[in-house]
Amino acid sequence: MAEAIVFWTLAVLILGLGIAVISARSAVHSVLFLVVNFLLVAVLYVTLNAEFVAVIQVLVYAGGIVVLYLFVVMLVNLKKAPERYADPRRVPWTGTLLAGAVLAEVIAIGVYSTVSSDGAAATGGGLGADTPFSDCGSLVSCNTEQLGWVLYTSYLIPFELASMLLLVAMIGAIVLAKRHL
Amino acid sequence: MLEITPLHYSLLSAALFMIGVIGVLVRRNVIIIFMSIELILNAVNINLIALSDQLQDLAGQVFVVFVIAVAAAEAAVGLGIIIAFYRNKETVNIDEIQIMRW
Repeated sequence: MAEAIVFWTLAVLILGLGIAVISARSAVHSVLFLVVNFLLVAVLYVTLNAEFVAVIQVLVYAGGIVVLYLFVVMLVNLKKAPERYADPRRVPWTGTLLAGAVLAEVIAIGVYSTVSSDGAAATGGGLGADTPFSDCGSLVSCNTEQLGWVLYTSYLIPFELASMLLLVAMIGAIVLAKRHL
Repeated sequence: MLEITPLHYSLLSAALFMIGVIGVLVRRNVIIIFMSIELILNAVNINLIALSDQLQDLAGQVFVVFVIAVAAAEAAVGLGIIIAFYRNKETVNIDEIQIMRW
């Protein structure tokens, strides 16, 4: 019952915010809707017992990629110099409020994974008993340790390839955005 | 309705995917088109995580980590292209970006 309520609430919010992203008139509004969308998807990951991916979603998507988008929107759509233009509708405390909400979400993920790893350890978690972390303690999430174990054994070559991809993308972005080499 | 099955997650993923595709096809601002692509990647990730939970197999979550890495690379390169293009043409309207040369 509780799972159903959480799922339907998240589903409605995620889809509504997705529609808001593609229908907002201003690109800045789109980016802000996108942040909330990513955070809600992170909550959905927590309900699906994927705490590590949820944290990565908050850090990389909502923290990194969206800031990159905001920078580009500001660079591209700047109509007036920011010194000469102050928005009268500006509400300074909303930023603080949103930052507090993100903090609360990160804390909730931590608390949830601490609580749920007790139950996960009892049932053996997602992996078999052949990994050294099958009896991991209740302080950290089982999910993170198991994912790290799989990532550095079975998927080591793809992992290294992903790092090469990120290096190439970084060099490419610098070359593209730089005026003169 | 009250029982949440992997089908529900797949339907949510499909709906979000569809919203992203509509955004790519309908909007003219290149930046919003890139955001729609991020929505599409998120829809795929929801599917992978839900099936990973259902099958009790961590391969899905590993794949999501790779998808996020690819999305970060795509955003960096794509936004670099937008910056370079805006410097030359002073526009981000996809209708004005139709010539494959400077």
